[in-house]
Amino acid sequence: MGNGRVAVIGVGFYGFRPSTPEVSFQGMMFESSHRAYAEADVDPRKDIDVFVDCQEDMWEGIAITDEFAPEPIGGALRPTFTVSGDGLLGVAHAYMLIRSGLANVVAVESHGKPSEIKTLQDIYYFAMDPLHIRPLSTGNPFFIAGLDAQAYMSRTGARREHLAMVAVKNRNNGLRNDRAPYSSRISLDEVLSSPYAVYPMTRYEMAGFSDASVTVVLASEDVAKKFTDKVVWLDGVGYSTEVGSGSIEWHQWGRMPSMRNAALMAYKLAGLSDPQKDVSFAEVEDRFSFMELLSAEELMLSPEGEAHKMLEAGEFDFDGRLPLNPSGGSLAMGVSLEATGLARFLEAVLQLRGEAGAHQLKEARRAVVASWRGVPTYTSAVAVLSSDVEG
Amino acid sequence: MVSNLFVKDRVAIVGAGITTFMRRALETPRELAWEAARQALDQAGLTLRDIDCVVIGSAPDTFDGVHMKGEYLADGSGALNKPMTRVYVGGGTGVFVPVSAWWHAASGLCRTVLAVAEEKMSPAHPHPQYVFRYIWDPIIHRPLEPNLIWIFAMEMRRYMAKCGAKKEDIALVSVKNKRNALDNPAAQVAANITVDDVLKSELLVWPVNELDISPVTDGAAALVITNENTARQVTDSPVWIDGIGFTLDNQHWENRELAFPRYLNYAARMAYRMAGIERPWKEIDVAEPYDPFDYKELHHIEGLMLARPCEAWKLLKEGYFERDGELPTSPSGGLLGVGNPIAAAGLMKVAELFWQLRYEAGKRQVKKPVHKAVANAWGDLMQAGTVIVLSN
Repeated sequence: MGNGRVAVIGVGFYGFRPSTPEVSFQGMMFESSHRAYAEADVDPRKDIDVFVDCQEDMWEGIAITDEFAPEPIGGALRPTFTVSGDGLLGVAHAYMLIRSGLANVVAVESHGKPSEIKTLQDIYYFAMDPLHIRPLSTGNPFFIAGLDAQAYMSRTGARREHLAMVAVKNRNNGLRNDRAPYSSRISLDEVLSSPYAVYPMTRYEMAGFSDASVTVVLASEDVAKKFTDKVVWLDGVGYSTEVGSGSIEWHQWGRMPSMRNAALMAYKLAGLSDPQKDVSFAEVEDRFSFMELLSAEELMLSPEGEAHKMLEAGEFDFDGRLPLNPSGGSLAMGVSLEATGLARFLEAVLQLRGEAGAHQLKEARRAVVASWRGVPTYTSAVAVLSSDVEG
Repeated sequence: MVSNLFVKDRVAIVGAGITTFMRRALETPRELAWEAARQALDQAGLTLRDIDCVVIGSAPDTFDGVHMKGEYLADGSGALNKPMTRVYVGGGTGVFVPVSAWWHAASGLCRTVLAVAEEKMSPAHPHPQYVFRYIWDPIIHRPLEPNLIWIFAMEMRRYMAKCGAKKEDIALVSVKNKRNALDNPAAQVAANITVDDVLKSELLVWPVNELDISPVTDGAAALVITNENTARQVTDSPVWIDGIGFTLDNQHWENRELAFPRYLNYAARMAYRMAGIERPWKEIDVAEPYDPFDYKELHHIEGLMLARPCEAWKLLKEGYFERDGELPTSPSGGLLGVGNPIAAAGLMKVAELFWQLRYEAGKRQVKKPVHKAVANAWGDLMQAGTVIVLSN
């Protein structure tokens, strides 16, 4: 207990479909948790010390939505709490809980059921600063991503084609992944010839929404081996907030200092000095195509302003030197609101265990996982994962 | 491999701040948060540059009228370009913020943590109760259009029936806390009232009268929490966090024994075990039990094992919980006297204990010497219990 390493001993999921009318959100939470606990061989009533749930009121349509957290994940009358943020922030709490010595085993659940939200656009509207931004009635909230994309392109010289190439790569990667409802065999021409949705991106370059719940079980080094042999190590976590939600007037356009800060923190904890060399693959934020390139830069997986050149050279391809989003990313798997970060985490864990099936990479020993909470926030979280298994 | 960034050790509170608790504050939620954070930093003698991490607490998003409220409050909470999370257990959030800050520091991930809680309830139109219409199970309960006061009335009624307490016995809590609040410059509804005033105030849902309830309030509170080394560097009188506890009962309140707060009892046992406290009724010197309703303070005194089940109201009548009594409770004035900006109210209680343990509570300072203190908060559908044990 205490200062040892932190292990991922179980993962479970339910959903990853545009709609899941057969279950309630509690049903999804139960399914994913049940699977994760079964895989880790833990009894939630006895073995799990703390339960962390990641959700946000307005997405759920319930005020004080954390009331509903304990039962479906087995946390009733146990230490259970909610982080209103992306699932990867819950992983950061689990990391601290274990490192502080308070807990040996922690479960983290996150879910999103966008198919049940009739007024998604209005909820984004409510995330804007009520004094400065909301009165502008900007309509489509994704204009923020469009502005960022343009700033990024003008800073780095990346062209529209590069953004489109990310969409082509990820949606094609998704064809190998069972959990990727938005994957498709598309060509660069198809992307480029389709109309803009939010300039400079087309619909192909913006991720759709999918319902999902993901649960992960983390444990201290001392007890991890007691439960399972399939251990993946969580070597470091980092998270950071750049500007307050809706305060987009202060944002550094075309950059993500929050992701850079989060990466620096996670790499320091993981002892990762040369991410470009030491990382086998990464599951990064790509809900807008340009975000994958920007993420690669801020995560220091590519030199400053060079991500589009690495993409062009095929280095981020499935069989490239540093595959980005071999799962297909959010562009293929969809955005599951607060579960998006855990979806990336799940894919990385499966790769590191050699259990990714048709999209298994040849070499998967160390992974970087990164997430962003989406417009209009600038909060990012990063995790570094590794496996002892020789890839 | 380099892992632990800093040394793992004890965790202390070194500064606290609260805004005035009031209705219709002109400040935005961000400004309220900063006012409290600034006070806490000033008391600790630190600036934002010294802060490694920020933990934000706020109850439902809807009160401030913003989605993703953690990020919204980040500006005012000094969280920009820092690791920031918002943690959340409904009304229990106020005490949960320092609980979570504990593991931020104890894990070695952060040396200094700014813990901020804010709530601005007055902008909810036409009344905050309308936000509470959306806290129910959308299929089973919401169609019945329940009101929060109903279920609290049920709980109060159950406590009265099980424990033989009368309304006048319970009203004494309101009288005591509102009087205690007269010495608190941050208080919204401090008053010298009598049991009769409580009984004669407007009946809302029997047996709950208006003066049994804490008011709608805007406000913020903040603490600076650090690891042991930093605490010793910045102050001669750190207040240690000895124990933390938190529990969430299931969401189906209709199946529970409402006379005894099981959620709190479990959390309290966790916190006492960690703090090495075996007989809380003897070892605790001062307490801030969560008191959004007057019966709730009695309920929570029992859940915290500061009195036997069903005995708290009897001790209250004997003056046991007065500021100069055996075991002072809510010397701050509590939610009934200071006000109830949900998450901020819980953190205000922890701030009060910090000041009590440093003998800095001024006119509110309890008579007896104090060494160990406990605070709790409660929330969700009567199911969340959060506990913190402090010592000097």
